[in-house]
Amino acid sequence: MIDQYIYDGTFEGFLTAVFEVYDRKPTRVKIVSERLVTVNFFDEEHTIYTDQAKSDRVWKGIEYRIGKKAGNLIYKAFLSEQSDREQVLLRIIKKGFKGENVTDNFADIDVLRLTNLVKIVGREKHRMDAFIRFRLTKDNVYFAEVEPDFDTLPLNAIHFKNRYADQKWLIYDRCRNYGIFYDLKTVNYVQLEISNDINSSLAAPFYFTHDEMHYQDLWKNYFKSTNIPSRKNMRLHLQHVPKRYWKYLSEKQP
Amino acid sequence: MNFERIKEKLNILADAAKYDVSCSSSGSKRANKNKGLGDSSGMGICHTYTEDGRCVSLLKILLTNHCIFDCAYCVTRKSNDVKRAAFKVQEVVNLTINFYRRNYIEGLFLSSGIFKNADYTMERLVLVAKKLRLEENFNGYIHLKSIPGASDELMREAGLYADRLSVNIEIPTEQGLKLLAPDKKREDFIKPMRKVKNEIIQYKSEKKLIKSTPIYAPAGQSTQMIIGATGETDAQIMYTSAYFYKEFQMKRVYYSGYIPISHDERLPSIGTDVPMLRENRLYQTDWLLRFYGFSIQELLNKEHPNLETDIDPKLSWALRNLQHFPVDVNYADRRLLARIPGVGMRSVDKIINARRYRKLGWEHLKAIGISMNRAQYFLVCASSQFETKDRTAAQLKSLIMGTSSSKWRGAYSSQLNLFESNANVTVS
Repeated sequence: MIDQYIYDGTFEGFLTAVFEVYDRKPTRVKIVSERLVTVNFFDEEHTIYTDQAKSDRVWKGIEYRIGKKAGNLIYKAFLSEQSDREQVLLRIIKKGFKGENVTDNFADIDVLRLTNLVKIVGREKHRMDAFIRFRLTKDNVYFAEVEPDFDTLPLNAIHFKNRYADQKWLIYDRCRNYGIFYDLKTVNYVQLEISNDINSSLAAPFYFTHDEMHYQDLWKNYFKSTNIPSRKNMRLHLQHVPKRYWKYLSEKQP
Repeated sequence: MNFERIKEKLNILADAAKYDVSCSSSGSKRANKNKGLGDSSGMGICHTYTEDGRCVSLLKILLTNHCIFDCAYCVTRKSNDVKRAAFKVQEVVNLTINFYRRNYIEGLFLSSGIFKNADYTMERLVLVAKKLRLEENFNGYIHLKSIPGASDELMREAGLYADRLSVNIEIPTEQGLKLLAPDKKREDFIKPMRKVKNEIIQYKSEKKLIKSTPIYAPAGQSTQMIIGATGETDAQIMYTSAYFYKEFQMKRVYYSGYIPISHDERLPSIGTDVPMLRENRLYQTDWLLRFYGFSIQELLNKEHPNLETDIDPKLSWALRNLQHFPVDVNYADRRLLARIPGVGMRSVDKIINARRYRKLGWEHLKAIGISMNRAQYFLVCASSQFETKDRTAAQLKSLIMGTSSSKWRGAYSSQLNLFESNANVTVS
């Protein structure tokens, strides 16, 4: 029989679950996000209520006893949302607390998986840094929509804050339905209703500035002019810019 | 702004600038200050890729494609019948800022045809950079082309605003340059290069004493060669390249396969394939020189003036030097690990970290991600199963090629003959 610890899917919730594992010492345990839970007749289910104090204690323990670097890797790997993340991270945390190296012992299968999760999250974060396309709204906010494979916006926030310090911007994750908004001072998490016609070309003049359309047009032209047809290599092109990202790329719009 | 006219200019001047390979936007240290616009202190970002698979990181344009020179390999040459255009300084500034704000680009790569004379042209390039930095408080990446023959004063000023400066040496050999670009002299390229190099050295030493020394070309300088236009050997190209790395502390040397653009009997005719495979092998060699601790004499020499096309240069070196193998991954030092075919520098780092905790066997190496197909014949690890047969280089090569598939496969047979025909050139 396995004890299922069901938490709310947040990082704090996960850390609370880790706390409970150390507190209750179950023999066999599985930490599961409430979104992915499956009812299993043989398993016993326990709901974990996110507790900031417990979560903080675990986080401090990780940073202090396993190291800041490991803490960083664990957080990034968590953002991957992969189905095995809780189990891998729990094993990593247990190994770390026992004093084993969890950052560069690449002969350990969990360490390799951790490295791999961090890598795919890092790659997606970098892609978002690259593929986000702002459009200037009539409210003078640079607005962008994204649908990243993993939950990367928390990682993107600092990059965009450093870069666009003198303009208001909003990046909205359409999959996870939240966004990050910079108001010239700080970056905050926001939730919004976004009307469905915002991406239709007919409604565009209603939302966006007059020059916005012109700059998108110039950019599309630049994208075409800078291509060298005699070196055409669509395979390479698709490898770098997979089709799932085209939806929000200005240069890929008809 | 008259968007229609700008669009027309942009099409002409982006089209003419696209043969410059460099699109790097990394290696600078310019952070955002006073809540300004932009930041180029992090790693470079490719914001999109063209259909030919090249990265688009910078707005790469010419200020003008009017030119007083007549270099055979260049689309903007005086005698070529193409539409000419010129941007106003402010137009380039506006384009850059507005593209940057929308996260299309990391910055600007500004080059130009030469109108009137070198200094007149260079002055305008510098003016664009100056406006961006001082009037717009722009901290994005700026790459300026140094115009051959530009004066030292202008080069000094250029470096204060630009992150990177570059002059293209264009043709790897001096004879080739004389043939194709009779107006240009190698000294003219070297002059601004030397000035920038000296300024960078001076900046670094002054910085140690005076912290407020204005930053000078933080991303260094680079250059570019056209390959396959004048029948030079790979050795000639790479020796030239090694010289520029050493003599001018180049950050990068780029290799650009010649794209036939004119009916000139001095050049490969229109319709000739762009030598992309050769370009690839040259870049691999470049990497081996810069990151893997190889010296140029080991890879290319009198006996081997050209790189093999069907296998990569590291494997090719290993097959000629079987006496160094097999390498024991559990004991060998970094330098030796880096020489095993199929093991990249990242894997080298991982191996060195991992073997502190346990002896590594085949399954660990596989999980780390080395390319077993090549590596297995050149290493031993903590396992009783390893290659015991003493094979010759030719046997190894056919074994490896038999089990690998390359995207270049279709290109081997025809290109092999093409390259071997001009192999009798001596190496200095």
